[in-house]
Amino acid sequence: MASKFINITLKIWRQKNSKAKGALETYTLDNVSTDSSFLEMLDQLNEQLINEKQAPIAFDHDCREGICGMCSLYINGRAHGPDSGITTCQLHMRMFKDGDTIYVEPWRSRAFPIIKDLMVDRSAFDRIQQAGGFVSVNTSGRTMDANAIPVPKADADKAFEAAACIGCGACVASCKNGSAMLFVGAKVSQYALLPQGKVEAKDRVLNMVRQMDEEGFGNCTNTGACEIECPKGISIENIARMNREFLKGALTKA
Amino acid sequence: MSKLNSRIPEGPIADKWTNHKNHMKLVAPNNRPKIDVIVVGTGLAGASAAASLGEMGYNVKAFCFQDSPRRAHSIAAQGGINAAKNYQNDGDSVYRLFYDTIKGGDYRAREANVHRLAEVSGNIIDQCVAQGVPFAREYGGLLDNRSFGGTQVQRTFYAAGQTGQQLLLGAYSALSRQIGLGRVKMYHRHEMMDLVKIDGKARGIIARNLVTGELERHSAHAVVIASGGYGNVYFLSTNAMGSNVSAAWKVHKRGALFANPCYVQIHPTCVPVHGTNQSKLTLMSESLRNSGRIWVPKKIEDAEAIRAGKLKPTQIAEEDRDYYLERRYPAFGNLVPRDVASRAAKERCDEGYGIEANDTNEGVYLDFASEIRSKGKQAAYALGDHNPTEERMIELGKKWIEEKYGNLFQMYQKITDENPYETPMKIYPAVHYTMGGVWVDYNLQSSIEGCFVTGEANFSDHGANRLGASALMQGLADGYFVLPYTISDYLANEIRTGNIPTDAPEFEAAENEVKENIDRFLNNNGSKSVDHFHKRLGLIMWNKVGMARNTAGLNEAIEEIGLLREEFYKDVFVPGSSDEMNPELEKVMRVADLIELGQLMAVDALHREESCGGHFREEHQDSEGETLRDDEKFKYVGAWEYNGSDSKQSTLHKEDLNYEFIKIAARNYK
Repeated sequence: MASKFINITLKIWRQKNSKAKGALETYTLDNVSTDSSFLEMLDQLNEQLINEKQAPIAFDHDCREGICGMCSLYINGRAHGPDSGITTCQLHMRMFKDGDTIYVEPWRSRAFPIIKDLMVDRSAFDRIQQAGGFVSVNTSGRTMDANAIPVPKADADKAFEAAACIGCGACVASCKNGSAMLFVGAKVSQYALLPQGKVEAKDRVLNMVRQMDEEGFGNCTNTGACEIECPKGISIENIARMNREFLKGALTKA
Repeated sequence: MSKLNSRIPEGPIADKWTNHKNHMKLVAPNNRPKIDVIVVGTGLAGASAAASLGEMGYNVKAFCFQDSPRRAHSIAAQGGINAAKNYQNDGDSVYRLFYDTIKGGDYRAREANVHRLAEVSGNIIDQCVAQGVPFAREYGGLLDNRSFGGTQVQRTFYAAGQTGQQLLLGAYSALSRQIGLGRVKMYHRHEMMDLVKIDGKARGIIARNLVTGELERHSAHAVVIASGGYGNVYFLSTNAMGSNVSAAWKVHKRGALFANPCYVQIHPTCVPVHGTNQSKLTLMSESLRNSGRIWVPKKIEDAEAIRAGKLKPTQIAEEDRDYYLERRYPAFGNLVPRDVASRAAKERCDEGYGIEANDTNEGVYLDFASEIRSKGKQAAYALGDHNPTEERMIELGKKWIEEKYGNLFQMYQKITDENPYETPMKIYPAVHYTMGGVWVDYNLQSSIEGCFVTGEANFSDHGANRLGASALMQGLADGYFVLPYTISDYLANEIRTGNIPTDAPEFEAAENEVKENIDRFLNNNGSKSVDHFHKRLGLIMWNKVGMARNTAGLNEAIEEIGLLREEFYKDVFVPGSSDEMNPELEKVMRVADLIELGQLMAVDALHREESCGGHFREEHQDSEGETLRDDEKFKYVGAWEYNGSDSKQSTLHKEDLNYEFIKIAARNYK
């Protein structure tokens, strides 16, 4: 890894709290290693701000290996930045050139209110999950043997692909309607594809969709931006499957 | 010594847990809603405990500092979870999992705890499948398994390289169900700041709402700490940025003993360090050692040429490669336990054979070329092509690798900008897991009554070294199948207690202490950032309390950390105020605890005059560089009592380890 160093200009959204008015502020940062991740670049900027006794930029992050789903950021108009199939923490500065100006904004969606600067509140996702994103089985361990019901490998693989969703919210942020249907569709699909999830399938989809609507997420108009920006490559087939499950549930449930 | 009653039940090892369960006290269903339980942390251990206690009918409050319980760092576990199912019919059993874990831990774990863990391991898989966890399956529809280090059977269940994610989302779904039903109240973006004790019992916590900065008092009849490990004391580790020791350390400061802090797992396969602004290290799953072969050049001049960019690894002839794990440990080869593999990598790099062009030349190869070829050949046969061309084999082999490890290969490529399908991965050991933690008895209760500690935050099951795919097993075993029984035994005495008021003087005092501490940092007006101190602490720890330790280095570390602590309190600068979202304030509180812990780790490492598992004292090795344990003097758990922020003043208590069912022996993987 031959590292290079670049100088950049940043336009970053600053907002003191959920009620304050926000604005884009300009910062310059020199000597950024191209081997640094995007968040390490922000660490470097924050270190600079702290040394100048200025308020550092608040942003969400935790695992920094693309799996916890806590990092977000709209970078140059794209969720998780210009690379594809990754989260912001996996974006590296080698994607940028010396002298670049980079715009950094929070997720923008009515259902994700801003907490501070680049941090948003995604607890709506948790509430959708609480409405039905589970199999109602107690954690006693007294279930049947794990191999009692064979699951066709193709179904298990598809369920896994849907379950790979990290709940980051890039789908919502990228959608012109602010729709959460990729997120909800992925969870509904994971369970709908497995025999263990079939028992409650109808209730699940109806409850999760009801909660999704209550949270203020928009509807799906099949633009497909969510699929393109999803860091885990979750397919919009999952939305189609959710729609089928929903129709089945709505029509046949007494 | 009354502090260290391990409460291991009498009787033959295979009957202990069953008999114990049969004789523990119960709380009747009608009484459970009157009892409050606090659970701190929502990883595998915390989420599973909170969900289970909620289902039972207790009134549960769960806390996590992240924006959602689903973010906890269990989510990043990659390779798998062990269970003694013997689905592969290769001779596995509860006894063998028990034996492998004790041996893997270098005979420094409690037999009774480990046997219980092996006993319930099968239930975990049943439970997770019932919850809809999409484990990898074979074409016949049954569950697939793979091998992990330190074992000779295939008992590891997995979901590609995202097993931790799938298990955590399973536990999160169970927790979500309880939250939806109103049996668990979830406090996300909340951090535990202190434990509140009344009459010697854990009765609640002080928590800080990280969004508003408000301090809150929460009371309960028992407190469960499931806050994970302390690897971030090294600054660079595979832990998440927010992972910290504070909840466990606050409990320690309130009187719970802290056991075996020097037992740290340095994981052999991580992406090597690349620069000074690096914020964390990334693991490449141990499961890759199923398919990859580890090597460095045999000739030192080849290593030099590679570092200088004049040679590529693919240009080194087969006979000029040193597959040093296969050479030194033919029986286990590339699948030796983690501590052994890490030390072997360090040994080669210390001798000058490292291949990475970073400051320290530290890196070795993990090479998939032969696996790609052989799996490609198998795949071609399965497709009816019995005479495949070289290209066909490579093409099919790469596809096979992608299916097994696709996400790991992608992660690697994004970090390093190199394609591991074409050139071997470069890897080096990094801090990953901490076996030490809060001392608990067989019931997972700490030395504070009513304060239970589960998962990585306790010390109990992995001895001096944890085997791969055992952390997920322990976290879920504790939360789903152990704690719900043992905590009920304790809570049975609480059914007449009634509500615990939060206006008690103990709550008042604890909250004031937290407030003073916060104000002290905010008004400190120092000149250096929190990260500045954290990085310096990390360097001392890595260089002197890392993979190899010696008397002189440890003594230096103890002094240097003491001085660092003084400088930290004088000169750290924290911007902002206490009544807002303030990530720097969160960090400074955590680093203050990590400094004290770091010093205790050095004190513990200095006192333990032997090499065992992850704790390698250079003075104690044989002529081939293998660890030399001293069972005469050190066959005990070293549990420390807090006596102030200078950890040199901590008092050591010992719990003797008795091996009644396994014959203690030198660990041999040759």
